[in-house]
Amino acid sequence: PLPSVPLQDIRNTVGNIPMEWYQDFPHIGYNLDGRKIYKPIRNKDELDMFLEKMENPDYWRTVQDRMTGADVRLTDEQVELVQRLQKGQFGDVNFDPYEPAVDFFTHEVMIHPVTNRPADKRSFIPSLVEKEKVSKLVHAIKMGWIKPRKPKDDTPAYYDLWAHEDPNSILGRHKMHVPAPKLRLPGHEESYNPPPEYLLSEEERLAWEQQEPAERRLNFVPQQHRCLRAVPAYPRFIHERFERCLDLYLCPRQRKMRVNVDPEDLIPKLPKPRDLQPFPTTQALVRGWQRGNFRCQGVTGCQGIAGSDDGTVRFWEVSTARCMRTLPVGAVVKSVAWNPNPTLCLVAVAVEQSVLLVNPCLGDKLLYGATDQLLESYVPPEEERVQPVQWVPPSAEEHGKGIRLIVQHSKPVKQVTWHGKGDYFASVVSDTSSRQVLIHQSSKRWSQAPFQRSKGLVQCVSFHPTRPFFFVATQRYVRVYNLLKQELTKKLMSNCKWVSSMAIHPGGDNVICGSYDSKLAWFDLDLSTRPYQLLRHHRRALRSVAFHRHYPLFASGSDDGTVIVCHGMVYNDLLQNPLLVPVKVLKGHVLTLDLGVLDVLFHPTQPWVFSSGADGTVRLYT
Amino acid sequence: RRLCILKGIYPHEPKHKKKVNKGSTAPRTFYLLKDIKFLLHEPIVNKFREYKVFVRKLRKAYGKSEWSTVERLKENKPTYKLDHIVKERYPTFIDALRDLDDALSMCFLFSTFPRTGKCHVQTIQLCRRLAVEFQNYVIASRSLRKVFLSIKGIYYQAEVLGQPVTWITPYAFAHDHPTDVDYRVMATFTEFYTTLLGFVNFRLYHSLNLLYPPKIDSQADAELKPMEGKEYAMDSESYLERLSALSSSLARVVAPTHEDEVEMDEFPVEGETAEQMDAKKKEQEALEKHKKLFEGLRFFLNREVPREPLAFVIRSFGGQVSWDKSLCIGATYDASDPSITHHIIDRPRVEQQVVGRYYLQPQWVFDSVNAKLCLPVADYFPGVLLPPHLSPFVTEQEGDYVPPEKLKLLALQRGENPDEESEEEEEEEEEEEDDNDKEEEEEDESEKEEEMKLKKMEEQKTQSNRALPVKVTAGKVRVEDKQRLEQEQQSEEKRLAIMMMKKREKYLYKKIMFGKKRKVREANKLAAKRKAHDTALREEKKKSKKAQRA
Repeated sequence: PLPSVPLQDIRNTVGNIPMEWYQDFPHIGYNLDGRKIYKPIRNKDELDMFLEKMENPDYWRTVQDRMTGADVRLTDEQVELVQRLQKGQFGDVNFDPYEPAVDFFTHEVMIHPVTNRPADKRSFIPSLVEKEKVSKLVHAIKMGWIKPRKPKDDTPAYYDLWAHEDPNSILGRHKMHVPAPKLRLPGHEESYNPPPEYLLSEEERLAWEQQEPAERRLNFVPQQHRCLRAVPAYPRFIHERFERCLDLYLCPRQRKMRVNVDPEDLIPKLPKPRDLQPFPTTQALVRGWQRGNFRCQGVTGCQGIAGSDDGTVRFWEVSTARCMRTLPVGAVVKSVAWNPNPTLCLVAVAVEQSVLLVNPCLGDKLLYGATDQLLESYVPPEEERVQPVQWVPPSAEEHGKGIRLIVQHSKPVKQVTWHGKGDYFASVVSDTSSRQVLIHQSSKRWSQAPFQRSKGLVQCVSFHPTRPFFFVATQRYVRVYNLLKQELTKKLMSNCKWVSSMAIHPGGDNVICGSYDSKLAWFDLDLSTRPYQLLRHHRRALRSVAFHRHYPLFASGSDDGTVIVCHGMVYNDLLQNPLLVPVKVLKGHVLTLDLGVLDVLFHPTQPWVFSSGADGTVRLYT
Repeated sequence: RRLCILKGIYPHEPKHKKKVNKGSTAPRTFYLLKDIKFLLHEPIVNKFREYKVFVRKLRKAYGKSEWSTVERLKENKPTYKLDHIVKERYPTFIDALRDLDDALSMCFLFSTFPRTGKCHVQTIQLCRRLAVEFQNYVIASRSLRKVFLSIKGIYYQAEVLGQPVTWITPYAFAHDHPTDVDYRVMATFTEFYTTLLGFVNFRLYHSLNLLYPPKIDSQADAELKPMEGKEYAMDSESYLERLSALSSSLARVVAPTHEDEVEMDEFPVEGETAEQMDAKKKEQEALEKHKKLFEGLRFFLNREVPREPLAFVIRSFGGQVSWDKSLCIGATYDASDPSITHHIIDRPRVEQQVVGRYYLQPQWVFDSVNAKLCLPVADYFPGVLLPPHLSPFVTEQEGDYVPPEKLKLLALQRGENPDEESEEEEEEEEEEEDDNDKEEEEEDESEKEEEMKLKKMEEQKTQSNRALPVKVTAGKVRVEDKQRLEQEQQSEEKRLAIMMMKKREKYLYKKIMFGKKRKVREANKLAAKRKAHDTALREEKKKSKKAQRA
């Protein structure tokens, strides 16, 4: 309360309470009679306030009394007091804060006590409380709970740690300690002002942003700043240090042997293909027909045959590629084979369920006359033997076409192959029973099924060129049977998924197998039952393989449209392993329906290779 | 984890992952059993346990607000030392130097942290002190070799006792602390690194016959005092305060510690060179020359220039450096000093130029250091578009892309006149690149050539039926064909031989060839980009010239 307000004038009857409580009421408290004491009416708006401010000279010293709500004009003394307090001086004008201090106590010991109070009793007797505390501490020290203060360590923090170092000493725990690799040093692109070619173009930046952070080759975007002043702080600096720390203690360390080889040294030293001539190098002939993809072909000296999907067998001349005869057979020709006997002119053709023996009536008249005679000289035996197939003589019309004999099978025939002597031939039937393979004798018109049980799907068969062996290729294995003893002599593991074709070296000790998983396996029968070498030259499935009869050559045709001719030298010396060198990749066939080369075959005497493809061409490479 | 960090134990990749992991191939980390046992025997484990107990007791006392207990506990705070671990991890001093890279980078990073939060103030101060001490050593021994201003920070490489030591310092800005970083791991690393760096510093200072902890030379001190005035006198009152002053400002230390030591340094070195062979001598001389690159030059740093790195670099190559007095204590001379030869400035314009000194941008200093010679100043005047700043750490091998600026620099180092020859060289370079391109194309072509050959054959066949082409051209074609045929044959032979390679070797061969091809491709890409850029620049120039003429 301000002193200037007289006591009886106190109109605040509510006491010392927050005045906000009466904020919304028109009155403040009640008088002795119980009437409301109203607040002075305040309905001044801004304009009134402003006018008052302008007109009233005492406006600056008018203060609203919060307790009563009335305006109070401060007196001069009050204004002075406020000013003093604002300056931080004492409110009382007469108070002197800088009075000279009178020392009450002096350093000199006086003879009289300052106060006359007698000393307490407790100053004479030891304190019980303190005693208790001390005894507690003593007990704690005795029990070892509190340790006495340690003496300060005076030894310097750093000294010559490596004063007595042993140069030969290795790290205590591992002999194989791998020191942490150092960080990569920065290149030009990390510079704050790199050469312009290191800056990322717009596309590169987009590509960079879309990459995973772990995949990026640079973990920053190269930037160019005009001057050093403009270089900002790198926001990922702490991150990078932290990642380095993590690498240091969380990454397994391993010594990686960097292979430091000249790649040229890895290439094996092989004899040059030029020294291994002759082999076919260029395409000499292309014979195309409009229709049909040629599944199979055969060749003797100067005539070639080709069987096609459109149900014809075409005979053509090798030297001119002229088609000499077309023999319609009415169904897809699966396989053709020329009789290897030079005194006979006979072709075995596998069509649907039958094998046709065809005399093409081409070439030497004597020769095919003799062949006809030989076939007609057959005398049927007295007693009929039970045969798995039917030998049917052809009708007159068919005879006119050249078909001499029809061997009727019960199921479609896949493959037909001749024995080297030219009398026997074998056929493969697509069947799951034991009668997949049949061996026929053409002179006696007699056939038999050699196997009692089937050992899987037979892919192809072939005769040993000189000895009485018979090779049967199933999906994964090649079985070699001795026909005389009638027993299994060998089982070759091909290490491929699905064997497609097989060829036997004219020497008879080596077999190659082509497979649909684009591998070619070379077996040496003397060596082991596993492939001597697996060649992965083709990119697609192999369709057929072939050996040359005289030259050390073999060829493989594949679905990727290429024929690869390899040099495969077999030595008479048993200790020397065969030498396999690819010598030529022959291209030319066009892929149609994902099929490329369907059959390859060598010329019997010349180093020429024939290939027939799904694009309806037969090509000759010389 | 802390133990692993301190002892430097790292996981191992087992030889047979499946065997160790009980048949599963899930990724797990494996430690050697031996390592774990080794960790168990560590005496520091007990210390750690004690410390844990101490913390627990302290927390309890705080909770009960038993202040006297708190006091008592704090007085007996258990401490541990990492000396023996340092000794164990680095049995020889050279080993320690080899691993100094990370330690230095970490210390420099921590010394730039703010003094609040994140980690202990003592650690930061210690880091700062150690970093400054190391910088002083580098200056005193003049072992700085390379500097690189990258966008990440500044890389320094020094050669300490024959070991290259590289470290990176961030630019002097406040860090925005990432939230996904575990500072405890970093602090543990720093704890070890500070110990290591302290011992290394001690040893290094002693190898130079310097006092450790470093003291400012009294003579230099006297020189400084009148200049510095009161601030400095206050600092030198007591040893401790002085030390702390040292750690807070690098530059002041820089000036004095170095000057008296240089002479001592040189005698033994020169004696050695006399004995050694000529080649080595030459190298040594070059090194000596490099060391004295800025000898006799007086630099003045303008206030917008980053003072610390520049002062460090200039001083470690023998130059004298000063800056504005208000910027930092330790300035030795004023901006108006007439003996100043180089004034480093990073502004586009200079208001008042003083005659007799070069006004240069800071990049000149760094480029000169990397080039091992004082570069021509014309490219570095204030406001001029700077030449690119190249990394000194890149050594181009054959077949790599070399930016033309680098070639210019190499020519300069050989002592050729840069302006005339540089362009020629550039052209040569381009030609070389062209050659490379051609070769490559040939390689690519070799794959196609078989088809080409066949096609040609067919064409020839068809042509033979038709009329013969003009004879002259046919002859020409043939000459090429012979070479070409030979090449083709060779490449075909090679391809056939590759077909016969074993699977593993083939894989390796393909990988190597792929890497090589990628390298060439990248180099070509860079070269093409550069070419495009240059042509664009030239065209712009032409245009501007035309515009001027018009």
